[in-house]
Amino acid sequence: MSFRQEIRLSGSGGQGLILVGKVLAEAAAIYDGLNATQSQSYGPEARGGASRSEVIISDGDIEYPKAENLDILLALTQEACNKYHKDLKAGGILIVDEKMVKTIPDKDYKVVQLPIIKSATERLGKFIVANIVSLGIIVKISEVVSEESIRHAIKARVPKGTEELNLKAFDEGMALAEEWLNAHSG
Amino acid sequence: MSNNSTAKLMQGNVAIAHGAIAAGCRFFAGYPITPSSEIAEVLSKELPAVDGTFIQMEDEIASIGAVVGASIAGAKSMTATSGPGFSLKQENLGMAVMAEVPLVVVDVQRGGPSTGLPTKGSQGDVMQARWGTHGDHPIIAIAPSSVEECYDMTIRAFNLAEQYRTPVIILTDEIIAHLTEKIEIKPASKIELYNRGKPNVAPEKYLPYKLTESGIPPMANFGEGYRYHITGLVHDETGFPTNDEKEAHRQLMRLNTKFDQHMDSILDYEEINTKNMDLLLVSYGAPARSAKRAMKIMQKQGVNAGYLRLKTIWPFATDKIKKLSRKVDTIIVPEMNLGQIAGEIERYIPDNTEIIRVNHVNGEAIKPQEIVNAMIKKD
Amino acid sequence: MDYLQYLRKDKMPHIWCDGCGNGIILKAIIRAVDKLGWKKDDIALVSGIGCSGRTPGYVDFNTLHTTHGRALSFSTGIKLAKPNMHLIVVSGDGDATAIGGNHFIHAARRNIDLNLIVFNNYIYGMTGGQASPTTPTGKFASTTPYGNPDSPFHISELAKAAGASYVARTTTYHTAKMDRYMQQAFQNKGFSVVEILTMCPTSYGRANKETGETGVEMLSFQKENSISLEKAKEMDEEEIKGKFVTGVYIDRDKPSYLENYQEIKDKANN
Repeated sequence: MSFRQEIRLSGSGGQGLILVGKVLAEAAAIYDGLNATQSQSYGPEARGGASRSEVIISDGDIEYPKAENLDILLALTQEACNKYHKDLKAGGILIVDEKMVKTIPDKDYKVVQLPIIKSATERLGKFIVANIVSLGIIVKISEVVSEESIRHAIKARVPKGTEELNLKAFDEGMALAEEWLNAHSG
Repeated sequence: MSNNSTAKLMQGNVAIAHGAIAAGCRFFAGYPITPSSEIAEVLSKELPAVDGTFIQMEDEIASIGAVVGASIAGAKSMTATSGPGFSLKQENLGMAVMAEVPLVVVDVQRGGPSTGLPTKGSQGDVMQARWGTHGDHPIIAIAPSSVEECYDMTIRAFNLAEQYRTPVIILTDEIIAHLTEKIEIKPASKIELYNRGKPNVAPEKYLPYKLTESGIPPMANFGEGYRYHITGLVHDETGFPTNDEKEAHRQLMRLNTKFDQHMDSILDYEEINTKNMDLLLVSYGAPARSAKRAMKIMQKQGVNAGYLRLKTIWPFATDKIKKLSRKVDTIIVPEMNLGQIAGEIERYIPDNTEIIRVNHVNGEAIKPQEIVNAMIKKD
Repeated sequence: MDYLQYLRKDKMPHIWCDGCGNGIILKAIIRAVDKLGWKKDDIALVSGIGCSGRTPGYVDFNTLHTTHGRALSFSTGIKLAKPNMHLIVVSGDGDATAIGGNHFIHAARRNIDLNLIVFNNYIYGMTGGQASPTTPTGKFASTTPYGNPDSPFHISELAKAAGASYVARTTTYHTAKMDRYMQQAFQNKGFSVVEILTMCPTSYGRANKETGETGVEMLSFQKENSISLEKAKEMDEEEIKGKFVTGVYIDRDKPSYLENYQEIKDKANN
């Protein structure tokens, strides 16, 4: 039985979520030898407005390339969380920024509330790397791609000269997720 | 962990641009339009690096005009656009059909009519690709369903254009154009390229529109010693305009039947489980992916579904449709328009074969389950 | 010189009317080509639609009769694909500045090495004498039965303002000037425009007899009503009204599109 993992990254335009999608897909498809597709809802606004990027990862063929039944939803804004949580499957993982998303839907989700944007801004000094912090959280919690592959993909996809900062952001996300996992184990 | 160096993660539009370079495209003229602009952006970077030329023209009309000119001068040439721009290009597309100039037009379909849904997928230009320019004419249109096919089919588009002296339309859609997935880039040694047939007679003997056995007259490039005339007017074998009814008939019939003896090489499709089936799915472009998934779901549910994906849209796979439709009493046709290909299929199938249309015009992809549900609803 | 060596003799007689000025321009094109020693194989002569559009059929070059107004776009493609070819583009006033107006200003802006000869006869001749963008205000055409309410373009000023590096203007009466301007245009690296006032007795002359009814009368009118740019400088606006101001409107050094694009190729290869 082949597996199919559906991940949606949502927030507002300009948060770099399309890049995160491409990094995840590259790690899975190129470095982990799986199949992956990445697509995005593509509105007129490049900055601001709702944005969503989707990744499907599978060890089999991916015919339908859009998400239908999400395994993981990242929501960096309340609006995105409200709009998309209903696509999350029962028992799916909802990852939200604890400051931006205050109202959590009361459903059968595994809710991961973390200070994503705060970590990016305060610990890394760059609001813009909140996307890669999120990526660290997704990878740690879902184990959907290998850590080694994702590091390769980050280096391959982020703008030249920002590799180190982004790898630090990734580590930060991994650490946040690890703390969360320790606190929520058992 | 394996990192196969020939595998790349690529977006559909980017794959079309790289496929064009691999096909030998050395001239691109375009005008910005969503959702096709990535093709122009990539080629603006890549073409000058291979001694080719990229030019952003003043409008859609000028873009295809320049492409026709460059092809006449011998460069493999391409332009890319979407619905509104495709409408504007129809005039010079007709000129290229009439003058039998090889070129490639990419139409990344978005929702229409008019400005429509610029950032969302559609297959609303299927009939425009066939009949958008005025007058009876032949045309080739092909439709990729994956990023890998965006690359491969762009190479094929150039080959078809050069082989058959014709414009070729790559009829893709926003969903495939903006989809990013894995593709295997073939080494250049594995890619077969065709170049237009050059005249093998002395310039004074050259007839640019000769009635040859293959139906495809050889084409001389401008500036290579064959001084001849090209016009959008009805012309005789020499290329000069004629008003003679017999000659006009002869030339227009040659033009309109020139693909007939080459259908086996022009038509291309993917066929699964069509030998003994209870039901047939016919699709193309992005919805064909959902149709394939739907086929698998149906088969799991005990419905013996077959699948035909049209990779060549025009000319239409008439014989294949006739043959397969005799085996089933239901054909399901998912497409992102209101049944443009379903209507075409209807012309060729027995009266007692029913067509179930699954249509979207809101820009959203058709889900596999919608196709399955359409079948269930019917039962 | 032998004109016939440049003509497709079997395509004669041409379709232009008695008294039409287009043949005068065609001969000037041939003289310029001959003078510069251009090889016929290296020349592409491209047209749009209309009476001027029939020119390519008659000359023994690589010839292309394109769609209405689009000759400059097709020529841009040919020039970029084969930069060593000489591009002569012939176009009428309607073809160049109405339906092809956008291509006209952008070819000028780009300063691409094309030589545009505009056959300006103030009218759409081929379709039966409708008003064009250069029909003077008040003049008659089949679509201006009460006189033209519209204002005309000044084609040479338009080309100059849009960025062409060489622009000259004359009439079919002034053949010596025509020769000089055409040779200068052909030698200019960049976009060149030679605007030539030509006569259409069939459509324009008959409807506007005061400027000449026959070809000969119209030629005389051209002679009497043309003034040079130099002379025009000394005249006030009222005096210039109704006169056709001829001369070299601009002749400037400016990098051509091809030169600029070569730099792009060099950058891309570094």
